Amino acid sequence: MYDFSYHKSDSVADAVDAMQKADDGKFIAGGHTMLPTMKHRLANPSDLIDLSGIAELSGIAVAAEMVTIGAMTTHAVVAASAEVQAAIPALAKLAGNIGDPAVRNRGTIGGSIANNDPAADYPAAVLALGATVKTSKRDIAADDFFTGMFETALEDDEIITAVSFPIPAAAAYMKFENPASRYAIVGVFIVKNADAVRVGVTGATVCAHRGKRLEAALNDNFSVAACDGVEIPVDQMNADIHASAEYRAHLVKVMAKRAVVACS
Amino acid sequence: MAENGIGVSVLRKEDRRFLIGKGTYTDDINIAGQTYAIFVRSPHAHATINSIDTAAAAAAAGVVAVLTGDDLAADGIAPLICGVTITSDDGEPHRAPAHPALAQAKVNYVGDHVAIVIAETLAQAKDAAELVDVDYSILTAVVDTATAADDGQPQIHEEAPNNICFNWPLGDKAAVEAAFDSAHKISKLELVNNRMVTNPMEPRAALGEYNSGTEEITLHLTTQNPHLHRLVLSAFNQLAPEHKLRVVSPDVGGGFGAKIFIYAEELVVGWACRKVNRPVKWTADRTEAFLADAHGRDHVTSAEMALDEDGKFLAMRVMTKANLGAYISTFGTMVPTYLYAFLFAGQYTTPLIYSEVKGVFTNTAPVDASRGAGRPEATFMLERLVDVAAADMGLDPAEIRRRNFIPADAFPYQTPVVQCYDSGDYQTALEKALALADYEGFPARAEAAKSRGMRRGIGISSYVEACGIAPSAVVGALGAGIGLWESAQVRFNPTGNVQVFTGTHSHGQGHETTFAQLVCEQLGVPIENIEVVHGDTAKVQFGMGTYGSRSLAVGGVAIAKACEKLIAKGKKIAAHALEAAEGDIEFADGNFTVTGTDKAMSIAEVAFNAYVPHNYPEGLEPGFDENAFFDPLNFSFPAGTHICEVEVDPETGVVEIVKYSAVDDFGKLINPMIVEGQVHGGIVHGIGQALLEGCHYDSEGQLITASYMDYAMPRADNVPSFDIDYAPTDPPDNPLGVKGCGEAGAIGAPPAVINAITNALGVKHIDMPATPETVWRAAQDAA
Repeated sequence: MYDFSYHKSDSVADAVDAMQKADDGKFIAGGHTMLPTMKHRLANPSDLIDLSGIAELSGIAVAAEMVTIGAMTTHAVVAASAEVQAAIPALAKLAGNIGDPAVRNRGTIGGSIANNDPAADYPAAVLALGATVKTSKRDIAADDFFTGMFETALEDDEIITAVSFPIPAAAAYMKFENPASRYAIVGVFIVKNADAVRVGVTGATVCAHRGKRLEAALNDNFSVAACDGVEIPVDQMNADIHASAEYRAHLVKVMAKRAVVACS
Repeated sequence: MAENGIGVSVLRKEDRRFLIGKGTYTDDINIAGQTYAIFVRSPHAHATINSIDTAAAAAAAGVVAVLTGDDLAADGIAPLICGVTITSDDGEPHRAPAHPALAQAKVNYVGDHVAIVIAETLAQAKDAAELVDVDYSILTAVVDTATAADDGQPQIHEEAPNNICFNWPLGDKAAVEAAFDSAHKISKLELVNNRMVTNPMEPRAALGEYNSGTEEITLHLTTQNPHLHRLVLSAFNQLAPEHKLRVVSPDVGGGFGAKIFIYAEELVVGWACRKVNRPVKWTADRTEAFLADAHGRDHVTSAEMALDEDGKFLAMRVMTKANLGAYISTFGTMVPTYLYAFLFAGQYTTPLIYSEVKGVFTNTAPVDASRGAGRPEATFMLERLVDVAAADMGLDPAEIRRRNFIPADAFPYQTPVVQCYDSGDYQTALEKALALADYEGFPARAEAAKSRGMRRGIGISSYVEACGIAPSAVVGALGAGIGLWESAQVRFNPTGNVQVFTGTHSHGQGHETTFAQLVCEQLGVPIENIEVVHGDTAKVQFGMGTYGSRSLAVGGVAIAKACEKLIAKGKKIAAHALEAAEGDIEFADGNFTVTGTDKAMSIAEVAFNAYVPHNYPEGLEPGFDENAFFDPLNFSFPAGTHICEVEVDPETGVVEIVKYSAVDDFGKLINPMIVEGQVHGGIVHGIGQALLEGCHYDSEGQLITASYMDYAMPRADNVPSFDIDYAPTDPPDNPLGVKGCGEAGAIGAPPAVINAITNALGVKHIDMPATPETVWRAAQDAA
């Protein structure tokens, strides 16, 4: 790890101010991606601005139609929340299966979606549930947030404050785990509402995306059979030693079918 | 039987210190004035070094020294050695290119050692290491085992044309050919034994300290064999005279073979601490462990079995290419030869076996022993081939094994591949395992699985292995540079407690308990009064260390022999003290008694008497402290049958192990709980190889699986609860009647798992690791 300056902010405004003053600053939430990267000397920020002291960024609020989770809320808290379990059980289950207990007790929802790892779980939920990402500057619709591999719509001095999830009629997340890292080789989050079906897919491509072909088929006929007829474009799939593009495309369909069953 | 003697599941004595955080590992030890070392490693798989500029690094803050291969050579430190010579088919010894501890002129794998940077702090050493400027000319890398020896490949070592280290034949080629020519059926199989990273939990470490007053180097090392390290570092690497080199191997967090070898870092740290006259500490990080620990397995094999009309094995032929990596590691030549082909008979009466092993160099980390070492490769080949033969003959896999087993009354049994098995009863183990696994109920379970859209399969693996390494005369005749006896010293203190010094080393196996039970049983001393001491060449008289499941089968016998000497000596002392003839003294349950009288002395009283010899007659030697060496008469031959049952999800290729049954012959068990733990761990290791673990280099020799993000280790949810039982036989060649148990699971499990998967899918073969995609593709092809 190289030397850096450390700031611990107690307010969003203070953190934004520290970032604006830094040469090449980075916000740090749970640090479970940032710190290993720095330890391997693959990242060299001039300043680390720690968001863990900002009380207003943590917590869960459930209203009649919306679950709002503060950006610094850990996966463990989301997983254990009776309110989230009641309102969006698929989301609580997703959080409870991220990484291992150490990751879940440090990792945060804001950190996860700001990092936008291609194999992270939360982005699939954010997309499928049509969540709104609230930041220090604005509200960003889920569909506008994830822009590429480790890329988001966030500006350098913009902090996610919370994520608001509309409560769906039914939802399910099916994850096919990488046997080594247990990240998603493919994860499919399906939301079934009265008006429409939304599908979020992670792990399969450069970053989480809406499964629009699956959505079209499922809007027409919400069934396993409908998924069978969907062609998943192999040429857009990731490929690595754990799963070829062809296998990933196959898994998208299998995970979608299993999520449909779980939603039905 | 003593209360905590042989056969009792005594809780492990050593666990208290581990559980309360009082274990002492090499990295826990800090010495005043200590410096920190970082190794500059090659980022390229194959390159020449044009120059190494250390000036900027040497001038960096806190840097004590930056040393290279030239410095090492100038001080007369010799390259790393290989301990076993293999005679190649041209009658010449194997090609042995130099293995410098710090590269000179050339690097041959990613992670190869180029320089050592020593600084006041670890951070300063890391910063300075980035300033060492190495100018490389990159060469094309050779990575693939199957094609490394092909014409036209880049040459890694001048001394080894076509990258061939040896080509080693075993058996009567012509007789095997004749048997194949007249066979009823020939079954064939091509397979790969996947390369593994051994992954002990504690990474390797070295802490060197030089005393300029006594001119002694003390090296704390994560080694399984401290005396072997001292011997090799002294006699071959010229680090220091043997009496001026102390090797301490404190608590070690797992070895599994990877900590047997004499590594570059250990030699260089030992040398550097004298060079800079400061203590030097190096601890591998996990990336270095992946890059530079010796790896295991990595074979490409073609095997054939000739059968008669009844499914009897007539002859077998095996052709293997074994990847040795970039250099020959300490036992790199022995693993794919003696520890491999000598097991080709397995549990069967196959009368004729011919094999050729071609050892090849590649631009990858050196390959050496990893739990099982050669025997998992042999067993996987054979037990897969037997299943293929069963399918070819239309026989049940259990039945073809029954027809070919060495009968229980045929022991000792001389195989056609050197080994002579001393005991075994293979059919009893098989039948017991079949019952444990409810083999007869399998078809119904398979039907039930089918109705759920799953495919269920069952696989048998009947293994035998050779461990308890090893009779010195045998290994000497085969080209080993060392003897493989073991030594023990059992010392009573005047107050009646006992210290047991063993040349073996425990890095998780529970020796402090098992060996104490042995002494408790033999001498009748309460177990809490017995302390087992190992891992320090300044405390322990001598030893060869722990590997090849030898500690109890060889080291335990040495302890027993020392105990016998104590009893004999005790009789002399008791005879004197009790005023009786020595011939009238009996020893039992910790007491010396005079036959036919009530006169008695406890062994603790004898010990006190031995150290307070106020009225000893001439010829009665004071003291109560005996040592013994034991050279085994034969290898130890654990055997058994493992049966694995799986459910395969054909839609995803995910394999779930739903049931695993193992029946092993380990002879007499000293501590059944510890043995069960060894069996569990070994099976998990084997399941890891079968389903999860695969070491991958890309075509340029970059290690893709260099962290746990990509290298899949087995975890608790990958394995079922195991059903374990035993079918012991009494090995006549072992005085304690024991066999080794530490590697058996890793040897028996892989073919059991793969045989279950091929059975589930109805396919001939599937390579390891049977990842979901591999299995999914096989299921697609089979459908």
